[in-house]
Amino acid sequence: MEKIYTKATKDCKLVKAQPQTIEFLLNYSKSLNITTVKGMSFESNLN
Amino acid sequence: MEVQIQDSVLIKSYIQGDERALETLINRHNQRISSFIYSKVNDRGITEDIFQDTFIKVIRTLKRGTYSEEGKFLPWVMRIAHNLIIDYFRKSSRMPMYDGSASFNVFSVMGDDKLNAESQLIKNQIDSDLTVLIEKLPEDQKEVLMMRIYKDMSFKEISENTGVSINTALGRMRYALINLRKIINENDIVLTY
Repeated sequence: MEKIYTKATKDCKLVKAQPQTIEFLLNYSKSLNITTVKGMSFESNLN
Repeated sequence: MEVQIQDSVLIKSYIQGDERALETLINRHNQRISSFIYSKVNDRGITEDIFQDTFIKVIRTLKRGTYSEEGKFLPWVMRIAHNLIIDYFRKSSRMPMYDGSASFNVFSVMGDDKLNAESQLIKNQIDSDLTVLIEKLPEDQKEVLMMRIYKDMSFKEISENTGVSINTALGRMRYALINLRKIINENDIVLTY
């Protein structure tokens, strides 16, 4: 059976996005407003 | 035992306005997606940027209502991240980025041609001193030197202008420089920076 798993497990680094990045994404999502007019969508960011 | 809410349910909640659903989704897949990006770009800062850009696209698509739920949320997000990674490599190959290392810094071979403020002040002083020194030269030598250095005239043009032969113009220039050096040395003047 073909070996498909790497033996270099130590090279596989697990990282996570920083809390600040996630906070930014959540704030961006809260501020994003999509308006649809005559089939056209407009994005705006509300304060 | 905690029952994990399926991605499809969270997406539906998010589209309906529940922002906490998005937070759950992001946290759930954070490590998987970040690790995938990092394995390709090998830079934490760039990983953060691409992760952010990925989810901005996800958020925009979900809010526009153009996402079709097929039970494949994570593969979809990974595909977006993958495409952004490709974009990143394409952009960086067009604009190579150099990082300085301990042994070599690119700024040692390339620099700004402009003088800094201190050097400019010194240069201005030297130019001013030189003008004073040139005034001390004999009139014919001063004339040739001014035409050559300040007006960038050829010796042919100088000879035509002054009514002397080219050889005479050349001679006057030579003596002008010799005399300038004499004046500089006699007065211990420093004209370098």
